[in-house]
Amino acid sequence: MTEKIKAKIMDARKIKRALNRITMEILERNRDLDNVVIIGIRTRGIYLAQRIADIIKEIEKIEVPVGILDITLYRDDFSALHPQPVVKKTEINFPVENKDVVLVDDVLFTGRTVRAAMDSLIDLGRPKTIQLAVLIDRGHRELPIRADYVGKFLPTSRREIVKVHLKEIDGQDEVLITEPSEI
Amino acid sequence: MAFNHKHLLGIKDLNKEDILTILDTAESFREISIREIKKVPTLRGKTIINLFYEPSTRTRSSFEIAAKRLSADIINFNSSVSSVAKGETLKDTVLNLEAMRPDAIIIRHPASGAPYFLTTFCKSSVINAGDGTHEHPTQALLDALTIRQMKGDFSKLKVVIAGDILHSRVAKSNIFLLTKMGAKVVLSGPPPLVPPEFKEFGVEIDYNFDNALKDADVVMMLRIQRERQGKNFFPSLREYRNLYSLTPEKMKNAKKDAIIMHPGPINRGIELSTDLADSSKSVILKQVENGIAVRMAILYLLLGGGGK
Repeated sequence: MTEKIKAKIMDARKIKRALNRITMEILERNRDLDNVVIIGIRTRGIYLAQRIADIIKEIEKIEVPVGILDITLYRDDFSALHPQPVVKKTEINFPVENKDVVLVDDVLFTGRTVRAAMDSLIDLGRPKTIQLAVLIDRGHRELPIRADYVGKFLPTSRREIVKVHLKEIDGQDEVLITEPSEI
Repeated sequence: MAFNHKHLLGIKDLNKEDILTILDTAESFREISIREIKKVPTLRGKTIINLFYEPSTRTRSSFEIAAKRLSADIINFNSSVSSVAKGETLKDTVLNLEAMRPDAIIIRHPASGAPYFLTTFCKSSVINAGDGTHEHPTQALLDALTIRQMKGDFSKLKVVIAGDILHSRVAKSNIFLLTKMGAKVVLSGPPPLVPPEFKEFGVEIDYNFDNALKDADVVMMLRIQRERQGKNFFPSLREYRNLYSLTPEKMKNAKKDAIIMHPGPINRGIELSTDLADSSKSVILKQVENGIAVRMAILYLLLGGGGK
């Protein structure tokens, strides 16, 4: 399937600003920063989580623990998928019990990934709060889920695809809207 | 990394990429077993039958724990307390169990090829947990996972497999797997138990155990399977012990950091000295631990996706 790019929504500067603002909001809302942990959802949430932690360190001189969550085993669409999705490791080397957990993902769409992430997280312990930070909220929720921190609201049609590229794995920072082109 | 198999009958049916997919998936599953809540919901609603026609401690309980950690329901079937004792055939037993709509049947059977026979009439996935003297694929996979964790790249390794090769399904699965992954495999043991025909599998044979052990990275000892031996394959147990028992003295031939493996159950003092079995070179309990992760990976890869 080929795709055509419809628009470039964000560049590196805009992404940086959005993450700065999200970080400020996290700091504002969580007075007790020692109780905060940041957990990125595979794959691109990991890098956004790390960047938020880096900004916190810059401003507050505090190192907030960062973890990685793989939600594959908690998906609700297994019977529809073939072949099976590749399972990668969850790497959370600290207890989440009673912590203020900030979950980080790149795009919030149907909400099913976040549902799976919350179930997965709760199996690891009972956090005090779970907050959600996303770079893009593109609408079309299928579950009663909303984000606490949003980089950009982006109204889209269901057909469209939102692509977040991050320099850690994609070589550059950008957010694109693409659409599958008919053949 | 698509894994396109419905059954797991033997290592022979897998290619290198399949094996790597299983090992990588197993590596991801290890973390679940050290959690406070050792369970994920992935195989919720799947039913698995453990069909064991031979005694087993490790394999049966390992499959059971693996299934439970993935939230599948598992039923244990023990041939000695079932209708098999009343004369029911394997086919009838399996057809009746199939009527209860399981998603997978894990079978151990004294007849080589029994798991394959099941696939000729079964709708469920069939997993070979050891068939006669043929294959024991999950054992070879957990051995491979252990070797990879301890030693890394297979292609640089010399692996010695010693003992009753002829009757060992573990040896056969390991030979298939290790040669596919590019390791150098050397077999050793009394000639009647290590027939030269095995060379056709791409391995070397050295009946002199000291020579075979030279510069080995991995030494895999096998149990003398007296229950499968109809006749005498060696003059006496004492002679066997003198020539082929792995002792600290013999182990000096291998590399300094070589590891010792054994699929269990161990006959202490026969194929493996107690000192070595309990030494830091022994990774026997690590093998058992890895068994859970490997079996979780197999169940996930065979039952996880939809429609085949």
